[in-house]
Amino acid sequence: MEKFETITGVAAPMPLVNIDTDMIIPKIFLKSIQRTGFGVNLFDEMRYNRDGTEIADFVLNKPQYREAEILVAGDNFGCGSSREHAPWAIKDFGIKCVISTSFADIFFNNCFKNGILPIVLPQEQVDVLMKDAEKGQNARMTVDLAAQTVTTSDGEAIPFEVDAFKKHCLLNGLDDIGLSLEKVASIDSFEEKAAQARPWV
Amino acid sequence: MSPKTLYDKIWDAHVVHEDADGTSLLYIDRHLVHEVTSPQAFEGLRMAGRKVRAPEKTIAVPDHNVPTTAGREDPTQMTEESRIQVDALDKNAKEFGVHYYPVSDVRQGIVHIVGPEQGWTLPGMTVVCGDSHTATHGAFGALAHGIGTSEVEHVLATQTLIQQKSKNMKVEITGKLKPGVTAKDITLAVIGETGTGGGTGYVIEYCGEAIRDLTMEGRMTVCNMAIEGGARAGLIAPDEKTFEYVKGRPHAPKGAQFEAALDWWKTLFTDEGAHFDKVVTLKGEDIQPVVTWGTSPEDVLPITGVVPNPEDFEGGKVEAARRSIEYMGLTPGQKLTDIEIDTVFIGSCTNGRIEDFRAVAEVVKGKKIKEGMRAMIVPGSGLVRAQAEEEGLADIFREAGFEWRLAGCSMCLAMNPDQLAENERCASTSNRNFEGRQGYKGRTHLVSPGMAAAAALTGKLTDVREMI
Repeated sequence: MEKFETITGVAAPMPLVNIDTDMIIPKIFLKSIQRTGFGVNLFDEMRYNRDGTEIADFVLNKPQYREAEILVAGDNFGCGSSREHAPWAIKDFGIKCVISTSFADIFFNNCFKNGILPIVLPQEQVDVLMKDAEKGQNARMTVDLAAQTVTTSDGEAIPFEVDAFKKHCLLNGLDDIGLSLEKVASIDSFEEKAAQARPWV
Repeated sequence: MSPKTLYDKIWDAHVVHEDADGTSLLYIDRHLVHEVTSPQAFEGLRMAGRKVRAPEKTIAVPDHNVPTTAGREDPTQMTEESRIQVDALDKNAKEFGVHYYPVSDVRQGIVHIVGPEQGWTLPGMTVVCGDSHTATHGAFGALAHGIGTSEVEHVLATQTLIQQKSKNMKVEITGKLKPGVTAKDITLAVIGETGTGGGTGYVIEYCGEAIRDLTMEGRMTVCNMAIEGGARAGLIAPDEKTFEYVKGRPHAPKGAQFEAALDWWKTLFTDEGAHFDKVVTLKGEDIQPVVTWGTSPEDVLPITGVVPNPEDFEGGKVEAARRSIEYMGLTPGQKLTDIEIDTVFIGSCTNGRIEDFRAVAEVVKGKKIKEGMRAMIVPGSGLVRAQAEEEGLADIFREAGFEWRLAGCSMCLAMNPDQLAENERCASTSNRNFEGRQGYKGRTHLVSPGMAAAAALTGKLTDVREMI
C-alpha cells in the first residue's frame, strides 16, 4: 500500500447527512473484478445525467473542486453496504482524506486498507472546515497525519484522534496480511486449542 | 470473575492475540463468500502466492448477480459483466478448494439464508462475509458482521481479522406484539428510534419477551438490519428454539458432539449485572406495522401516519428529508395509505424465508393482485422454494398473480435484471431504501411481507391489520 503523506489540497464540501455507499458508487459499477477504474463513477447518480453529461451544480463538477483531495461531509458518511468499491472509487478519483462527524463502521475500516484517512471531528469543527471548503480552490487545507492536525486555509490547526495501529500502517504503507502472518504461530496454537475445546467448528 | 455480556463471551473465546492498545487478532470460524466482493481478494492471494488457510471453513455461493427467471443456466441471461463475476467465483471456489453451491445446485440461494439452512452457522461462532447483511447470523448467538474485500483477503489468508472491540448495546423489546406486527416492524421501529448512526461503534444484543417469542426466521430478520442501525453486529442469545433449528442440519454437529456443543451453547447468555454502554427499550405492544417514507432506513413511520414536513427535523436532517421527499415524489402531510404502488418485491436476506412466505400466503390466499401491478416473490434459497412448493404456497402466489421466481438477491439491490424503472414505486420487503438502490430513480418503501402482500392486492400502501 502507498504511504500516506501530508496532503495540502482543495477540500470539497458535501454537507448532506447519511451519504450511503449506493450514492458513493451505485451497484451497476460493482461488476468489475479489478480494484481500479471506479473514480469516473464516484457519486455517479449525483454527478451525471442519464445521458452521461455532467450535472453542473454537483460539487465535484464545479471547476474549483475537480481536483479535490479532501472531502468534508455530513454525519454518518459511508453508511450501508460493505462494498470496498466505495473507498476504491474515492481513492481513484484522487481523494485521500474524508472528514465528518461520524462514519459507518465498515466503510471506516475499508478506508484504512486503501490509504485513505477518515477523520472524525466534533460538529463545530466540521462546521469550520465545511465553511473553509466552501471557499473553493484558493482555500487549501493541510492534513498532517504524523502531527494529527488539519489546518484550514486561515492557518487554524485542528487536532484529531486516530487509532495508533491504523496510523502506523497508513504512515508506513503496511500490508495487514503480511503483519498478521507474522503471528502465524499464535494462529496455529489457537487452532489447536480450539479444535480440542470446540471440535464441531 | 466480572459478569460478561454475550458479545464479551464470544469475543474472548476467539482472541488469537491482543496488542497493548487493544488491537486484536480475532479467529474466524466461518467465512461466507459471494461473487461481488471476492474476485479482487482471490486475485490478491494469487498474486502473493498465498493459499486459503481454512478452505473447510469457507463457503461460497453466487447470489447478487444471478437471474431469478427460469432457464437461467443459459449464460446469455446474464450481462457479460455479471457472467464474469459468477464465472470468477466458480473458478476461484474450485482452485482454492472451498465449499461451493453453484447456480445449478438446489441449495444455492442468498448467502445469509444458505449458511443457517445448511447448519454452517452455529451459536458462539464468529462469522464474516463481504456483505453488510452478515449481521443476519447473529440470530443464532454468533458474532457475525460484514467486511470489505481487503478483509475478505485477510480472512482467506489468515482465518483471522484485525479488530478493535466494539461497545455493548442492549435493545430490549418488552411484552407481546400485536396481531399484524412482525419482526420486520420491530427492526425498522428500532432504527426509527436510534437513527442509522445510533448503533455505530456498538454490537447490539436484542432481548426481551417479544424477541424470545420470535421464531428463528423472525430473529434473523431482526439481526439482519442491525447494520442499518449502524451497529457492527446484532446478537440474540441462543435458546431451545435455536438448538432445535440447528439440530439435524447437514453441517451441524451430530450425536455426542452435538451434546458437547450444546453444553457450551447453553453458557452463551449475558450474565446478570453485565455492563451495557447503551440501552434502548421499546414496548412490544407500542410497535405498529411500519413503512419507510424516505431514502434512509431511519425514515420510519407507522402506516397510519402522514409524510412528514422537512422543517420538523433538526440539523442536517432537514435538507436530507427535503431531498428524500422530492426523490420519493411525495408531499408533506400526504397520508401514507394514499401512496400508490407499481411494484411489489417480496424476498431478500431480510424476508426471503419460509415464514415470510407463509405470512404473504395468509393475506393473498384466494385473492388477486391489483390489475397492472408487477409483483414478484423471490425465495431466499432453492430449498425455501422447494418447501413453499410443497406447502402449496407457490400455487397460492401464482393464482393471485405473483411471479414465483428462483433464488437470489434479485431486486433487493437490483444487480441482476430485476430492477425498478425510473420513478417506479415499490413496496419491498428488503432492507435498503437508498436512492437508486432498486434501480435508477426507483422509489422504495420498506415493509414487512404481510404489508407488501396487502399493497399488492390494493395497489396502495395498506395497513395489513385490515386484511387479516
